[in-house]
Amino acid sequence: MQNEFVEARKSEFEELKQYIDTVRNSQGILMQTLQKAQDIFGYLPLEVQQFISDETNIPLADIYGVVTFYTQFTVEEKGKHKIGVCLGTACYVKGSQEIMDKLSEELNVKVGATTDDKMFTLEATRCLGCCGLAPVMIIDEDVYPKMEAKRVAEILKKYSN
Amino acid sequence: MKTLDNLKEIREESVTNLEMKNVDNAIRVVVGLATCGISAGAKPVLKTLAEEAEKRNMKNVQVVQTGCIGMCTYEPIVEVYVPGKEKVTYIHVDSEKALKIFEEHILNGNVVDEYTIGSDEVKSKESKDEEEHTSLMDVQFYKKQKRVALRNCGIINPENIYEYIATDGYMALGKVLTEMTPDDVIKVMKDAGLRGRGGAGFPTGMKWSFAAPNKADQKYIICNADEGDPGAFMDRSVLEGDPHAVLEAMAIAGYAIGATKGFIYVRAEYPVAVQRLHIAIDQARELGLLGKNIFNSGFDFDIETRLGAGAFVCGEETALMQSIEGKRGMSRIKPPFPANKGLWGKPTVINNVETLANIPQILYHGAEWFKSFGTAKSSGTKVFALGGKITNTGLVEVPMGTTLREVIYDIGGGCPNGKAFKAVQTGGPSGGCLTKDHLDIPIDYENLTAAGSMMGSGGMIVMDEDNCMVDIARFFLEFTVDESCGKCTPCRVGTKRMLGILEKITQGNGTMEDLEELETLATSVKDGSLCGLGQTAPNPVLSTLKYFKDEYIAHIVDKKCPAKHCKPLLTYEINKDKCTGCTLCARKCPVNAIEGTVKNPHVISQELCIKCGNCFSVCRFGAVEKN
Repeated sequence: MQNEFVEARKSEFEELKQYIDTVRNSQGILMQTLQKAQDIFGYLPLEVQQFISDETNIPLADIYGVVTFYTQFTVEEKGKHKIGVCLGTACYVKGSQEIMDKLSEELNVKVGATTDDKMFTLEATRCLGCCGLAPVMIIDEDVYPKMEAKRVAEILKKYSN
Repeated sequence: MKTLDNLKEIREESVTNLEMKNVDNAIRVVVGLATCGISAGAKPVLKTLAEEAEKRNMKNVQVVQTGCIGMCTYEPIVEVYVPGKEKVTYIHVDSEKALKIFEEHILNGNVVDEYTIGSDEVKSKESKDEEEHTSLMDVQFYKKQKRVALRNCGIINPENIYEYIATDGYMALGKVLTEMTPDDVIKVMKDAGLRGRGGAGFPTGMKWSFAAPNKADQKYIICNADEGDPGAFMDRSVLEGDPHAVLEAMAIAGYAIGATKGFIYVRAEYPVAVQRLHIAIDQARELGLLGKNIFNSGFDFDIETRLGAGAFVCGEETALMQSIEGKRGMSRIKPPFPANKGLWGKPTVINNVETLANIPQILYHGAEWFKSFGTAKSSGTKVFALGGKITNTGLVEVPMGTTLREVIYDIGGGCPNGKAFKAVQTGGPSGGCLTKDHLDIPIDYENLTAAGSMMGSGGMIVMDEDNCMVDIARFFLEFTVDESCGKCTPCRVGTKRMLGILEKITQGNGTMEDLEELETLATSVKDGSLCGLGQTAPNPVLSTLKYFKDEYIAHIVDKKCPAKHCKPLLTYEINKDKCTGCTLCARKCPVNAIEGTVKNPHVISQELCIKCGNCFSVCRFGAVEKN
């Protein structure tokens, strides 16, 4: 299988192969291989799943099944910045839905989608476990504790370049 | 490390280092660096303090990180220990404050009163005894607590195995491997009466005794660290604050049932926990506390981590094992139970993080010691994550049998902003909402279940008068619909139908027949699902229907949301007497639904209003009323 994607990402495929070589002889390696692959590529397009299938002899159907089962795996490329709003119970009762609505309005995207300019992906995250700081918004690695909807616009500006 | 005496020697040395016995004018400064602390900005604080000490080449000052100190509201927290003096707790510290603390307190020995915990609202509410509190342990928040599982969290540096050893770490493992038979270990565990802290409350010793006699070429111990219950974070806290306790417990469990391999299945959402586990595993291997022939006993044990990928159902043991095997995490029928056929078909014991964290303590101090806490049927302590509308959010560990009132009011400080307490949700998406009538129930497994909720993993979300209980039920259903693995039709389709009905009600289109339908569906979903997720998914609906039926009826019959939360049921109106005619609301209204002229009362057209609430939030005179 040769296509543009495979050609363009040769070195990444090589990196993935090297990883698979280190775990090849262990049991139950699919989850960790997919996690590694997503680390490398940022997402798991069919080409990557096919490559893993070829390397590990796990049927592509099984791989696709696993990829689509777990919420952390994605088959679509994400934006440059990932915005997560925690919709865990503690955050929800403290109004994280309002923050989500505001972000959705400001960025003009639906939850789970990426802006047209590929700058932002807006996601609802599962509980991040910092319930004491609820409601929590997270952009890439930056955590915004005790978030308020009125701060959304100003914070987004910081990431817009 | 070959003998228990070796370990004791290391312990002596570690205690000396930890307590800085050989150092003159010793000062130990700890910074809480669990996820909460890091999120609140603790890293720059640690950096500032460490740099200041290094700059001056101060050998008598130890600046270290620690896990969760427990009082999330006050993060970042810095604690200063001076031998012979009371510990001082500083709260809401930033780099600037850290600098001042360093200069005033560490260099000159003067406590910076205005930054200590005693300076905050804690004091104003609790200083009935008129005493100045500078230490966290003195405030009401800690007085009623008993820390067993969290004993080291917020005290030792989790990335340093010697600090764990200094607090009797690995002594239980040493004792078990050199002085006890596997049967002895299981007997102590049965006598102690420790029950699974993940939620179901199954006796741990019993679980081990099922797996022990099974003959197999390989058995496994799994640590369930897939803490998916939104609002619960005690497992994260233990992993981040005291990872060695979990490793030690897994090795003990391995010895008891004859397993040589352990897996920790941990959520990928907890990167700090994963990192600290990896450090801890490496350190334990290096000292020979994991690996081959531990304590020269002939017992081998090693541990690997496996990361989850965001599936709540993987907290269910059979689904979790599927996930470790690299498959879709779907639960299967039991029996066979994991103790007989578990991971890769081999006998397996799965214990939750908090359960494990208790185990070294039980083996070290004995079953009687453990039973001295808690109630007859639920011994020991339980960690609760207090969150939601509560003044002191954080992690608390109390003896079983403590009442909800003590936890929510005495420790948690009640609802903030003078709002009225409405409900407390325990047990996450599997649990239920309890009301103020339940506040005096002593917390244990049976009592919570009898009241229509459950212990669950220990999330405790407090709700006040502004939270709509129908919407909370809808919120949990939305969660279970998302997280149902799809294997059992009643769970996959039934929860979706229930969610549909709840959405209909919160939008003001519900009928009284819907309530009956909800109950019928709830029964079918409970009866027709294989695993705990489906069997308990209807609980949030059933418990709110039971205790807050009037709110459902208000939505259906009066088309009103009593908590003023459900948008479609709200109306915004302008109070003519308060309106000054400033025109601000009219200018901010996105749909031009507000009419009026300057200096004359405005009016909102109910037909045009989209209930966005802009007018309500911009009005400076409180003239816009939400009903």
